[in-house]
Amino acid sequence: MSEILRVESLSKTFKLSHKQQKIERTDRKEIVAVDKLSFTANQGEIFGLLGPNGAGKTTTLRMLSTLIRPDSGDAILDGYSVVRQPSEVRGKIGFLTSELKLEDFFTPNYLFDFFSQLHQVDETTMRERKQQMFSRFGIDRFAEVKVANLSTGMKQKTSLVISLVHDPDIIIFDEPTNGLDVLTARTVTDYLQELRSKGKTIILSTHIFSLVERLCDRVGIIIDGRMIACGNLQEVCNGLSLEDRFFEIYKEVKGGEE
Amino acid sequence: MKSNTWTIIKKEFARFFGDRQLLFTTVIMPGLLIYIMYTLIGSGMTKMATEGADELVILRVENLPQSVAPMVETMPSVTVLQQPFSQEDIKNLESKDFNEVLVRFPEGFDELIATYSTESGVAAPNVEIYYNSANNASSRVYHVLEASLSAYEDQLSNRFDINRSDTPEVHFDMASSDDVLGSILSKLIPMLILMMLFSGVMAIAPSAIAGEKERGTIATLLVTPMQRNELALGKVVSLSGIALLSGLSSFIGIVLSLPKMIQADAAGIELGLNYTVSDYVVLLLTILATVLIMASVVSILSALAKDVKNAGTMIVPFMLVVMFCGLTPMFQSGTPTSLAAYLIPFYNSIQVMTATFAHEMTWLPVIVMLAANVVYTGVAVWVLTKMFNSEKVMFSK
Repeated sequence: MSEILRVESLSKTFKLSHKQQKIERTDRKEIVAVDKLSFTANQGEIFGLLGPNGAGKTTTLRMLSTLIRPDSGDAILDGYSVVRQPSEVRGKIGFLTSELKLEDFFTPNYLFDFFSQLHQVDETTMRERKQQMFSRFGIDRFAEVKVANLSTGMKQKTSLVISLVHDPDIIIFDEPTNGLDVLTARTVTDYLQELRSKGKTIILSTHIFSLVERLCDRVGIIIDGRMIACGNLQEVCNGLSLEDRFFEIYKEVKGGEE
Repeated sequence: MKSNTWTIIKKEFARFFGDRQLLFTTVIMPGLLIYIMYTLIGSGMTKMATEGADELVILRVENLPQSVAPMVETMPSVTVLQQPFSQEDIKNLESKDFNEVLVRFPEGFDELIATYSTESGVAAPNVEIYYNSANNASSRVYHVLEASLSAYEDQLSNRFDINRSDTPEVHFDMASSDDVLGSILSKLIPMLILMMLFSGVMAIAPSAIAGEKERGTIATLLVTPMQRNELALGKVVSLSGIALLSGLSSFIGIVLSLPKMIQADAAGIELGLNYTVSDYVVLLLTILATVLIMASVVSILSALAKDVKNAGTMIVPFMLVVMFCGLTPMFQSGTPTSLAAYLIPFYNSIQVMTATFAHEMTWLPVIVMLAANVVYTGVAVWVLTKMFNSEKVMFSK
């Protein structure tokens, strides 16, 4: 399997406001969200970033999708650097997260065309893809309903479909099942496996152990912005269940502080 | 390969024209509202000017002299009573319900004025006219009397005349009705145009940029491979286009209601606006250049704002500056001669429009103004591009 994503010593700090300094009882002006994070992902695999809330998962994924810029380090996606070639990277990836919203005023049909054009997808491909994706997710019946009037589940499916209008090779998915009902969540995880079987690479973040066990080929455990363990599931788990192994690691890291 | 700028423009237009309420409030309503408002104001003023014109007024005159009698007796809608009046009668005039005017001439008025000499040092004979200016009819009669008596006084001591016209064909004021209208329009219309364009931009820009930020839809755009400058340009151009439409609507409203507003019929002014094609071209180019720079500055402010509400607050100081520029023609005579003045945004557009309406347009200032505004818009789009690239601006809450 060939390497398609290489993250090299990625770091990101955020400034703390005065109020936040008081809450955290610290004089530090900055908080390190991601601390020299490195990992690689191969083509055709699902790579999971596992960690508690605030570990830096979302920040990492936002840097990979070029929405925010790393302070230092770099990530190379399919040969393009997020620091030097952000525009090319954006053409290669599909980024999915609940913070990317669709304009309420438009219909799924309009938005699919609009984003296809921004991704420079040609007309014929666009129409074929739309038909196929809309029927795959049952959006076809709601194609002309304004996003504002769609059910939450249908909104999320539309969001997913629209992030993938350009059939990207790398899919970055922040908390794929967050806020989804069981049916939609199942549709999404099934689709991720389908994408993998087509040779796509998926990077996802989650704090749900079962999701990692069911989906991921390889996993990286992030705590406090640092990569604590990384490898395929067997290597990382070391004979334990993922959950037990995670808390073992968590104690090793955090133990000294308490 | 289709241009992403064009894709963005199409989307903004689809958003705008697809929303009937938005279309109505920004394009149809301003023109309609202005037309109705100005027409009402105009007819209100006409009513005020003509009210009381045919109401009968009782004119009580004490000591009516021979010389003035024919003039008083021929006044329309007036009943003349030659009788003395008391302090009580004067007091009664305080109620504005009495259509009455009281005039007291000094006894022996004709002899007094015949023998009066300004060198004598004695106060001149005085005519007392009691009236109530809150009563339209009373006020009208007072003004007619006052004017007639003044004319009579002039005639008595006539040493020379100014601009006496025995034949109506002789004109002394050589300004054509074009120039008169031109000078009214040149002071008023540029400011109105500026205000209309601004309200157009205000109505849509905050929601198109700050709103997209607030709703999280801008991030969806930012993860596409589109260049940030394409997004910036697309936003500015589409917002300008929509603002132009809104401005156009207001403009039509003004043009249609202006004759009613300035009482064109009464004043006998022909509203055949005598402007040349190049005047119209200059106006159009000026409006285009102005709206572009306006839309780009408002876009920048909207991009800085956290949400739509915040954007509204941030735009107010900018709006005041633009309005001030709009008022400048009122305080100055003529347009500035220094070309450097045409480098100041908004002020330059106002000056060019003022000159054009006053039939004084020259090309050099126009070119300087257009070039300056295009450069400023370019700079503003560049700044907006930088802002779309900045995670601090785009994602800070």
